[in-house]
Amino acid sequence: MKLSAFKRALWVFHVATGSCNGCDIEIVAALTPRYDVERFGIRLVGTPRHADVLLVTGPVTRPMAERLKRVYAQTPDPKAVVVVGGCGSTSGVFYESYNVVGPVDRIIPVDVYVPGCPPRPEAIIDGVVKAVAKLEKLGAKV
Amino acid sequence: MSERNPKDPENPVLPGVEEEREVTLGGPERGLAEVFEVPIGPIHPALKEPIRLTFRVRGERIVGVQIRTGFAHRGIEFMGMRQGRNLVQVLYLSERICGICSVSHPIAFTQAVERAAGIEVPPRAQYIRVIISELERIHSHLLWAGVAAHELGFDTLLHLTWRVREKVLDILEELSGNRINYAIPIFGGVRRDITPEQYPKVWEAIRYYRGLLEQLLDAFLRDPTVEARTRGVGVLERKEAEGLCAVGPTARASGLRKDVRQDRPYLAYSDFQVRAITPKDYGLTPVGDVYDKIVVRLLEVGQSLDIIEKALENMPEGEITSFPKIPALLAHLKKAEGEGLGWHEAPRGEVIHYVRLAAGDESLLVWKVKAPTYSNLLSWYPMFEDQEIADIPIIAACIDPCICCMDRVYIVRDGKEEAWTKEGLLRLSWEKTRRLQR
Repeated sequence: MKLSAFKRALWVFHVATGSCNGCDIEIVAALTPRYDVERFGIRLVGTPRHADVLLVTGPVTRPMAERLKRVYAQTPDPKAVVVVGGCGSTSGVFYESYNVVGPVDRIIPVDVYVPGCPPRPEAIIDGVVKAVAKLEKLGAKV
Repeated sequence: MSERNPKDPENPVLPGVEEEREVTLGGPERGLAEVFEVPIGPIHPALKEPIRLTFRVRGERIVGVQIRTGFAHRGIEFMGMRQGRNLVQVLYLSERICGICSVSHPIAFTQAVERAAGIEVPPRAQYIRVIISELERIHSHLLWAGVAAHELGFDTLLHLTWRVREKVLDILEELSGNRINYAIPIFGGVRRDITPEQYPKVWEAIRYYRGLLEQLLDAFLRDPTVEARTRGVGVLERKEAEGLCAVGPTARASGLRKDVRQDRPYLAYSDFQVRAITPKDYGLTPVGDVYDKIVVRLLEVGQSLDIIEKALENMPEGEITSFPKIPALLAHLKKAEGEGLGWHEAPRGEVIHYVRLAAGDESLLVWKVKAPTYSNLLSWYPMFEDQEIADIPIIAACIDPCICCMDRVYIVRDGKEEAWTKEGLLRLSWEKTRRLQR
C-alpha cells in the first residue's frame, strides 16, 4: 500500500470521552489562525471513517468506553491514536472516580501521549506530527 | 430555470425546498403526517460535552425532544468528599469541572469555604479575582460567538473571532501562567499578584478589544445572513425563561434582568454597579431568539471591559492573601466547622457551590455543585419546538452548553438506519444559509 498521501494531508477525528473542554478548546485553537494547522493539511473531520488519526480527550467515563471502542473500530487502518491531556494519559485527578474506567490505553491502543492540563496547542501539534511519523513507519511495513 | 430531474445523476439538483422535502421524507406524497425519531449524540459536534438528544420530527419540523445526560459524569463531588483529600486538593479538582469556566467554579467554591470557615479576603485579592473572571468571560463569549458562526456555516467569522480571542488568552497567560485553568483563587485570597509591569499589557488588551468590539458587533449583528438564520429561531419567551429558571445570557436574552453580579453582589462586584444586560440596551425589544443571545453576549464583552478598566483604576494596595503560608491555612480549615454557599456569575450563568465542613476533619463533609448549563438545559424544550432540522446545531449551541464534537444523526426510516454525520447536518445548515442568501 502506498501512503504518500500522509505527506500531504492528515485527517483527524476528535473524540471527547468526558473531558472538561479544556483540551477540546485548545484543539480548536490549534486549528484557528494563530496556530493554523490546516496549512500542513491537518484538518478535523466529522466521522471516524474518514480519519487517519484519532485525537482522544478525557478520562473515559463508563458510558463512553463502549463508544470509544466503536469509534476506534470504525477508523480505517493504518491509524494512530493520540491522547491529549493528563486525564486521558493517566486518569490524572480522576483516578479514584467510580465512573471513570480509563485511562484511554486501557480501552484502545495508544501511540502518542500529549501530557498537560491542558497541553498548549504547540504540544498538540507536536503530538500529531509524532503520529505522522508513526503512520509513515506503519506504511513502510505494509 | 431549466428542467431538472432529481433522479438523474448527470444533472444534479441544487438544493431547493421541494427536493429537500423529498430527500428528508422519501417522497412528497407520504410522510408529512409521520413522526420520525432522530437521535443525536453522544459523540456530537454541536455540543462539547457528550450528551444525547432524541428529536421527534414531522417532515422538517421538530415536534419533540428528549435529553439524556450523564456521559461526562466523572463523580467529581464524590472524589471531593473522599477522606484523604484536603481542601486545597479539592480546589484543584473544582477547577477541572469545566475547562472553559475554569475560574468560575473555584471562585464559587472558595467563597463557599470562606463563608463556612469565616475567612476574610483582602480587597486586592477580590479585585484580582474580579479581573480574572471578567477576562474569562471575554474569552468564553468570543469562543461561543466563533462556534455559533461555524454552526451557521460562516467559517470566516469563526476564524476572525478565534484570532481575536488569542489576545485575551495571552493576557491570562501573562497574569496566571496558563492559557486555561488559571489556578488564581485560593482560600483567603489569590495565588498571584498583578505586578506593575503587567498593568500596561492589560491596558493594551483593553484598548485592542475596545477598537474591535464595534467591528465584531457589525460583523455579527448587521449581517443579513446572520439575521436571516437567527431571527425568530429558537425563541425562549420571557414567561418560559422565568418558569424554567433559565440563567445567564439565555435568560437575559429573553428580557429577564437576572445576573448574580447585580442581584447578590459578591467579592468586589458591588463597587462596579453591574447591571444585567438585555437586548433593550441595544435598542431592541427582547424576543428571546438566537439573535438576541448574540446581542447579549457581545454587549457583555463590552461590559466586562468596563469592569476590568474600573478595577484596574481603583485597585487597592495591600496583601493578596490572608494566609500566606499553606500549612497555616490547612490548620485553620481543619478546625473550621459550618456550612457555606458560594455563587458566581459564570459566562453561562449562575454557578452555586454548597459545602459543609466538620471540625477536626481535613476533607469536605458535603459538596454540592450546580452548574449553569444544568439550569439552561430545560429551556431547550420550548426552543426546539416547531423548528427545522437545519436549525438544530445553532439552537443547541445558543445556550452555550460547553460545546465541541458531534458525530452522527440516525434517521430510522422503514426500519433502516441512515447515518447523518456531523458534516451532513452542518451541510444542511449551510445549505439553508445559501438558500436564504439568494
